[in-house]
Amino acid sequence: MQSERPIAPSTLSVKDLPWQIAWSREACTLCGRCTAVCPVQAIELAVFRKRLLEPPADLGAATAGVTRAYYGIRQRTDPAYACIGCAMCNLVCPNHAILPLRTDEADKLRFHIDRGGQPRRRGGRRNVPGTVLDRIKFIRISMLTDPALDAGRHEFELRTLLGRVLPPEAALRHEREHGWVPPVREIYPLVIGGMSFGALSPNMWEGLQLGVAYLNEELGMPVRISTGEGGCPPRLLRSRFLEYVILQIASGYFGWDEILHAIPEMKADPCAIEIKYGQGAKPGDGGLLMGHKVNRLIAAIRGVPPGVSLPSPPTHQTQYSIEESVAKMIQSMGMAWGFRVPVYPKISGTSTALAVLNNLTRNPYAAGLAIDGEDGGTGAAYHVSMNHMGHPIAANIRDAYLTLVRLGMQNELPLFAAGGIGKTGNLAANAAALIMLGASAVQVGKYLMQAAAGCLGSETDRCNICNIGLCPKGITSQDPRLYRRLDVDDVAQRVVDCVVAFDTELKKIVAPLGRSTSLPIGMSDALGVDDPHIAERLKIAYVV
Amino acid sequence: MCRLFAVTSREPVSPMMAIQALEVMREGHDGSGVGLLLRDLSGPFEELKDAPILSGIFSDAGLKRLDATMMDLGFMTKYKISIKVPKTPPPGVPRRDIYLIRAYELPEEWEGLAREEIEDRLMRIRLRLRAMGEESQDMIVFSFWPDVILIKEIGDPLTVARHLQLDRKELRARILLAQGRQNTNYSIDLYACHPFFLQGFATMTNGENTAFVPIRTFLESRGFPGYTGYRSDSEVFTHILHYTHKVLGLGIEAYKHVITPLPDEELAEHPHAPWLRRLKQSCRPLIIDGPNCVIGCLPDGSLFLVQDRKKLRPGVVGGRPGLFAFSSEICGLDAAIPLRDKSRDVQPMNLETAVVDPERREVRLCSQKDPLPLPH
Repeated sequence: MQSERPIAPSTLSVKDLPWQIAWSREACTLCGRCTAVCPVQAIELAVFRKRLLEPPADLGAATAGVTRAYYGIRQRTDPAYACIGCAMCNLVCPNHAILPLRTDEADKLRFHIDRGGQPRRRGGRRNVPGTVLDRIKFIRISMLTDPALDAGRHEFELRTLLGRVLPPEAALRHEREHGWVPPVREIYPLVIGGMSFGALSPNMWEGLQLGVAYLNEELGMPVRISTGEGGCPPRLLRSRFLEYVILQIASGYFGWDEILHAIPEMKADPCAIEIKYGQGAKPGDGGLLMGHKVNRLIAAIRGVPPGVSLPSPPTHQTQYSIEESVAKMIQSMGMAWGFRVPVYPKISGTSTALAVLNNLTRNPYAAGLAIDGEDGGTGAAYHVSMNHMGHPIAANIRDAYLTLVRLGMQNELPLFAAGGIGKTGNLAANAAALIMLGASAVQVGKYLMQAAAGCLGSETDRCNICNIGLCPKGITSQDPRLYRRLDVDDVAQRVVDCVVAFDTELKKIVAPLGRSTSLPIGMSDALGVDDPHIAERLKIAYVV
Repeated sequence: MCRLFAVTSREPVSPMMAIQALEVMREGHDGSGVGLLLRDLSGPFEELKDAPILSGIFSDAGLKRLDATMMDLGFMTKYKISIKVPKTPPPGVPRRDIYLIRAYELPEEWEGLAREEIEDRLMRIRLRLRAMGEESQDMIVFSFWPDVILIKEIGDPLTVARHLQLDRKELRARILLAQGRQNTNYSIDLYACHPFFLQGFATMTNGENTAFVPIRTFLESRGFPGYTGYRSDSEVFTHILHYTHKVLGLGIEAYKHVITPLPDEELAEHPHAPWLRRLKQSCRPLIIDGPNCVIGCLPDGSLFLVQDRKKLRPGVVGGRPGLFAFSSEICGLDAAIPLRDKSRDVQPMNLETAVVDPERREVRLCSQKDPLPLPH
């Protein structure tokens, strides 16, 4: 650094950044692919000046120096262009001459990414690796007490119910008296959680839908997918495939004009209506779609002008009290489809979840409750919301289930657990643990981004730029130059692979527990954990 | 695995018939205990069909407390069988003061009460006595019901039977249910011993109940005081049977639809598919998932046998008109009724419920694929 050059407070060195680019001059072909692919322009072509000394053989002669220039890659240190560690440069480099490496100590960038008074926003999820779900083991193995079941040979029926299930006495009475019986869907216990058309690229969205359709039509697995808050493409609304779709309505009501107008032309009822009140990744915040992702297609589907940022309000505008808000919304949505479609709210994990639950138990139209824990993912949110707000899913679901047990309603109001399931790759184990704690099904989103589309984001803050429309894999971008990297059929294939593999793993978990013909909801005697406090909190066995 | 044996006979038979069948099946049980339910009693009880019979084990102090309590409630002893046992029990059998079988006259003020009300009160008294006994460890109460005797004890079935001199005339009955082992899944406890009994319904089961906790949780949250206890995971089978009949008003044909419903594909082809789907959904927490053979008895004296969804357990029904036996092993049936047409023996399969009605004319098989006699 030259002495006259000013050092500003936010002047950083490469060492201060979270990622440092290691570049090999030897291997580099100077093809320029890395600088072209970098989503944040963290690297640029640079000319380096280098002085070479060529000592003469004659000891008496003066040393002669020559100055040469060479071309190479320079990492930018401006906080706005800091490397995000996505390693796309490495992916495209023909010689693997370049690679981002993580710094060996806490970076200094974190203190400087609020320039202009704008706190950091990002995508991804809570930057804390690991989950308590991974610590839960399945300890009740039937071996000699009973013949064990064979996951590969025996008959399994691992389905769950979405909808208000009447208690047996009432169900038979309503049947006898031809009374109204709330709609109930028999679905697969793995649901693809709400990710909107807009947050996701068209290719990603289509790939997910295609995969779900294949699972249903070809493999007979009733997997369902939530639209997220962004409406639903008009052709899907008018197709029979709508029965695999859970339509989400949230505080911005984006796309609902289109949906409501399509009702008379619908060939099938949607699987359910999900009213989003909260999201685990950013409790108390509404959805957020930045203007640069709102292209003409998105704008048309959502019913808004293009290029305008779309922040959903943190709360529904109709909200006055919980009774009014939830009951009115549920009834209005139910009425739109003649009470043939289950309607349930989704909330973020919170210590007040039981208040919502208690309210729903008294509302005969409520079809369930989805709770999204603190480890849920998002396409865009304030970093502080993602990292510090929210409630872990395990205790929330357990408390909710035990509350239902006390009311004798554990079979009547299904609970859906979301947020961090499969966070470390253990999708089936995490899902089974939550089901045995009391969930009727789990919702996953981020796992499928990673498994079905190769999302690079991580809980150690790699990439996580879903919010700016520059997703290097084309998953959360609306730029055709980026999302054409993602092949729709490949995504669909991976969705199918993941769900089929999940199904096998789930069977490998429940079969040794002696379960096969019904989902072991609330089978908490099968669970153990190596921490007495967790065991006590979740009311499961403490095992070491 | 437990060994199960049940018999229903037009002529009263000695409890030893069941004990001997258990003895023949000995290879399969560890001789750790015996449970015996006698019903449709003969002899002195023939004339006391409406008098509730209290069965249990009491210490001398417990008996005094029992007498005081029953007196307070207005019950008068009508008839009792005193089982006087030798001071030193045989090896493996605990020392007890009194094995009580006592028929009571209903209190005067109960006259004119509805049958349901009487049944409810009898159950509550049994639960109260049980709670009192557990508090002071001086009474174990198995049943308090008209025309039903329950005997349970730790030890080898044959040894226990000889010790208690069960081959006595007063104990002859037309229906016997016997099980030959203490449970191994939980600690040894006479309240964990099959057969289980609740308001006229009794069952005994082979095999572990892997869905025990969710089922127990569901039953306990029904708010019915009789759905309690659960020292054994098999007790819920009795209570589901009770729930199916008494609360839902369904017959024995529906029991299997509750505990092992048809898979969705097969259900769709059933003539009562929408009704069955509703039942399956609303009774989802009552689905059993283990390898279980359930043999039971209904209040009208019908005996039945159902298998789990995969039919992982043995179980056979055979006999001749007037005499039928249910056994977990064919050798038990052979020992009890050697003279029968063996070609007519029935081993109920995964969809079937075998029932012998109180008339004891034949073994009736109902399949889950059959149309149901639905309540109107």
